[in-house]
Amino acid sequence: MKKIEAIIKPFKLDDVKAALNEIGIQGMTIQEVKGYGRQKGHKEIYRGAEYSVDFIPKVKIEIVAPSEMVPVVIHAIRQAANTGKVGDGKIFIMPVEEAIRVRTGERGKSAL
Amino acid sequence: MINSGDTAFMLVSAALVMFMTPGLALFYGGMVRSKNVLSTIVQSFICLGVVSIIWVFYGYSLAFGPDVKSFIGNLDWAFLRDVGPSPGPYAESIPHLVFCAFQLMFAIITPALITGAFAERMKFSAFLLFSILWTTLVYLPICHWVWGGGWIGKIGALDFAGGTVIHINSGVAALVCALMIGKRRGWRRDIFMPNNLSMTVLGASILWFGWFGFNAGSALSAGETAAVAFVTTQVSAGAAAVSWIIAEWLLHGNPTTLGAASGAVAGLVAITPAAGFVGPVPAVFIGLVAGALCYVAIMLKNRFGYDDALDVVAVHGVGGFWGSVATGLFASTAINSAGADGLFYGNPKLVVVQIAGAFGAMAYCALMTFVIMKIIKALVGIRISEEGEVQGLDLSQHSEVGYSL
Repeated sequence: MKKIEAIIKPFKLDDVKAALNEIGIQGMTIQEVKGYGRQKGHKEIYRGAEYSVDFIPKVKIEIVAPSEMVPVVIHAIRQAANTGKVGDGKIFIMPVEEAIRVRTGERGKSAL
Repeated sequence: MINSGDTAFMLVSAALVMFMTPGLALFYGGMVRSKNVLSTIVQSFICLGVVSIIWVFYGYSLAFGPDVKSFIGNLDWAFLRDVGPSPGPYAESIPHLVFCAFQLMFAIITPALITGAFAERMKFSAFLLFSILWTTLVYLPICHWVWGGGWIGKIGALDFAGGTVIHINSGVAALVCALMIGKRRGWRRDIFMPNNLSMTVLGASILWFGWFGFNAGSALSAGETAAVAFVTTQVSAGAAAVSWIIAEWLLHGNPTTLGAASGAVAGLVAITPAAGFVGPVPAVFIGLVAGALCYVAIMLKNRFGYDDALDVVAVHGVGGFWGSVATGLFASTAINSAGADGLFYGNPKLVVVQIAGAFGAMAYCALMTFVIMKIIKALVGIRISEEGEVQGLDLSQHSEVGYSL
């Protein structure tokens, strides 16, 4: 099992969710986060005083999936979240030791 | 003779002006950082309490009581003795008490306006002392000079609804306060992000609404002059909102909501001294100039580097001064026979008198505000501790927070 963390542009969330649904991913957790990478922040102007705001809003998606599904998941996220511009986000993959469904106690893939 | 129409109009006008102070609280409250939203709001709001007490005890008497050497009223009307249901000397068709209540609302909003200058860093105890001392030693005399039989009124300067008394006065006091209290911590380093500009727009709208009472009500009767003031108020505010956003669009690339709201207030300030003396077309011009001029004044503030947090100097000081000068240019006895003709109607003297009155008030206000701030500094200190400022005034001064999300 792997955990896939994807940081994407907020307005792409619906597209990514739909793409993941299509390949059979049945659940995900998201957070509204702020950060920056190569895409610089934006400017805000209040009564002529310009501020450059470094941290810009992003959405972080977390999915846990069977290892063999990882390439398909990556492909789906990249397809759906790609705008071709700097700031489309990043995907991180990490191993997951165990998954347990709280209600039944099922473990492993059947808990996903 | 009491006229019930005039009395009804003035009671409603007084209530409208009262509503401006909570409106101002929201206007200012939305512009500060979220950790200071309540402390900013309460500084305006509590003026409704503090100044009301002063007004009854001695404030009304010193401002409007029988004149002493063109400088101040005497104490004959202290505790509102002899101020009752029959008409007083200032308005013949309404009860003296109604005039007194109407003027109280002006006295309340003036110290509240100044709070924008020292927002986010003044101790509440220092602020309370300031509002008491400043109202007593600055507002009451200058109000008397202009409207209570004092020297500015006697030299023939026109101030329909308080361009000098309220706006120039609060703008100059704001400049002195901003210089004396110093910059907010992190000025030009941190981002001073307004916490809720929708609230600021709501506040500006309440101010605009209340300003009809402020300006039309200053006619003191429901007649021709009130009609003039009502229309000039509306068109000046609208014109200034438009010219402000055009100015920032040209100079900074974007029209902003905060700019539209600020522009409207600038236009309301500028038309205040002129409201009942000029026609609608000059009022549009006064507003157009006010919006752009006050915006440029904020640019200059950023260049001079004093931290007038919410731009009281640029909007009320500069806007009020422009309004006073504009009254000297555009006033016409064809509009209001009780007024005077300005420069464009063949009387160049009026603009000189307008400027003389304004400078007299500015000099006195600056000096006294300086002295008051020194006194408060010696008594309780002006500025909050570094820790309290970083934590926010809401928590450190009032043990509460505006938002818990």
